[in-house]
Amino acid sequence: MSEFLQQLLNGLSLGAIYALIALGYTMVYGVLRFINFAHSDVFMVGAFIGYYMGKLVPEGTLWGGLAVLGVAMIGCALLGMTIERLAYRRLRSAPTLNVLITAIGVSLLLEYTGQVFFGAAPRNFPAIFPVRNFQIGGVIIGSNQLIVIAVSVVLMIVLQLIVYRTRIGTAMRAVSLNPKAAVLMGVNNDVVISFTFGLGSALAAAGGILYALNYPSIDPLMGVMPGLKAFVAAILGGIGNIPGAALGGLILGTVETFVSGSQWSTYKDAIAFAILIIILLFRPAGLLGRFTVEKV
Amino acid sequence: MLSITDLSVSYGAISALSGISFSINQGSIVTLIGGNGAGKTTTLRTISGLLRPKAGRIEFLGEDITKLAAHKIVARSLCHVPEGRMIFSNLTVDENLSMGAYLQRDPELIAKNRDYVFSIFPRLKERVKQMAGTLSGGEQQMLAIGRALMSNPKFLMLDEPSLGIAPRLISTIFEKIVEINQKQGITILLVEQNANLALEVSQQAYVLETGRIVMQGESKQLRTDPQLKATYLGG
Ligand SMILES: Nc1ncnc2c1ncn2[C@@H]1O[C@H](COP(=O)(O)OP(=O)(O)O)[C@@H](O)[C@H]1O
Ligand SMILES: [Mg+2]
Repeated sequence: MSEFLQQLLNGLSLGAIYALIALGYTMVYGVLRFINFAHSDVFMVGAFIGYYMGKLVPEGTLWGGLAVLGVAMIGCALLGMTIERLAYRRLRSAPTLNVLITAIGVSLLLEYTGQVFFGAAPRNFPAIFPVRNFQIGGVIIGSNQLIVIAVSVVLMIVLQLIVYRTRIGTAMRAVSLNPKAAVLMGVNNDVVISFTFGLGSALAAAGGILYALNYPSIDPLMGVMPGLKAFVAAILGGIGNIPGAALGGLILGTVETFVSGSQWSTYKDAIAFAILIIILLFRPAGLLGRFTVEKV
Repeated sequence: MLSITDLSVSYGAISALSGISFSINQGSIVTLIGGNGAGKTTTLRTISGLLRPKAGRIEFLGEDITKLAAHKIVARSLCHVPEGRMIFSNLTVDENLSMGAYLQRDPELIAKNRDYVFSIFPRLKERVKQMAGTLSGGEQQMLAIGRALMSNPKFLMLDEPSLGIAPRLISTIFEKIVEINQKQGITILLVEQNANLALEVSQQAYVLETGRIVMQGESKQLRTDPQLKATYLGG
């Protein structure tokens, strides 16, 4: 039993990180109908900003950790908005394939620019938050896990409030439902799309820091695997659906953790793709998604 | 209030409007009628900035708005209720109305406009928390018009408000269109395939045929025009 609870806890904290990344994929898909493959590299940049910022604050303090988190989120928000402005905006009316190829190009650019600046060798991520382990029953709860869960829950609540309670959030939903009608209401779609990239990239940065806390070896290609899994999580939940991305992330993290703790542990990375294939075969709109007829 | 000069629009190589000119006086209801594919929707979409004309000029309240971005045109109190309503189906009725008031900053004015919308369309008030996609066609049209009124327009363009709506709701909606014009002083450009109805509520009319204006005049007179009768008014 305690073994089960332990795995569940580990799974949910990994899943919360996937969820944070998946939210960015799904929000951008919502407003632009394409998968931003560079998103996983924004996640990596978030971790590296954390790495360098971590040297400027005393290790192991809560305020220091939160400050690093905040700077990484702001930095990546700016990066995401810059990518949208420079690479994607002029392709607004281009065929989807052109945009996808551009996204892959941006992704490679970030990965290999990262190797130039940060080097290809892995680096040790500093312990920016205080580290302690708590034991409850037979379950060991690491403070890093608690931080992952607390930060993700807070960010998701904030995101929910932004999307459902603010003017720009309502505009985001309106743009994703019908961009032309939104324009007719006086919405500047460029501003909304830019905001969406900023928001999604800030969440990816948080994901990058939280991931690095728990897997403290970072390198410029570190975004690839978690990025792919978060992408699967977004599809699993229903691409374009915000609660779906959160749910998909949690499910994927939990399943992966249970598989890696079992006799089939060698398949822990394959499981995401098995889930992807199953969902595409049996429920392509995802768990919370619905088939919508594309408007002409 | 609005004046269009030699407006030409094409989709790629296909020409949809070939040099149309017309103007609309403040306070009136003007209708643009014509068969399917005549270019009515194209005209409205070009005025509201969704399409860019190949040639010609659009002036609104004495200013050239031909090259203005669509979201800036709304800010000048010219609002377009598009064909097919285009309500935000997964937003509530209330959120749809809030989107209509997107550029409005004065909470009192927003509240006043919302009350006005509910006073002319009480059905919307009963359904404020409902997802807009669950409304009937007629209710969605009411919402589309209500949403436009939330932007506090001086000039309203309606694209086929009778399309796909139960006949008994059509008369309600047209009564309200007249009321909006008379009580709120909002100038209206009404696009319709239902020419009888459109000529009944409007003062001026333009008839569009394959991208050209082929007839124009007072609606009263056009209603009895033998040629128009034969083509558009069912004999
Ligand atoms: N998106 C489009 N792409 C290409 N041609 C179009 C498009 N929309 C309309 N057209 C063409 O332009 C002409 C005018 O269409 P439209 O303005 O929709 O007419 P109406 O509203 O009077 O029915 C038609 O010949 C139509 O086929
Ligand atoms: Mg039309």
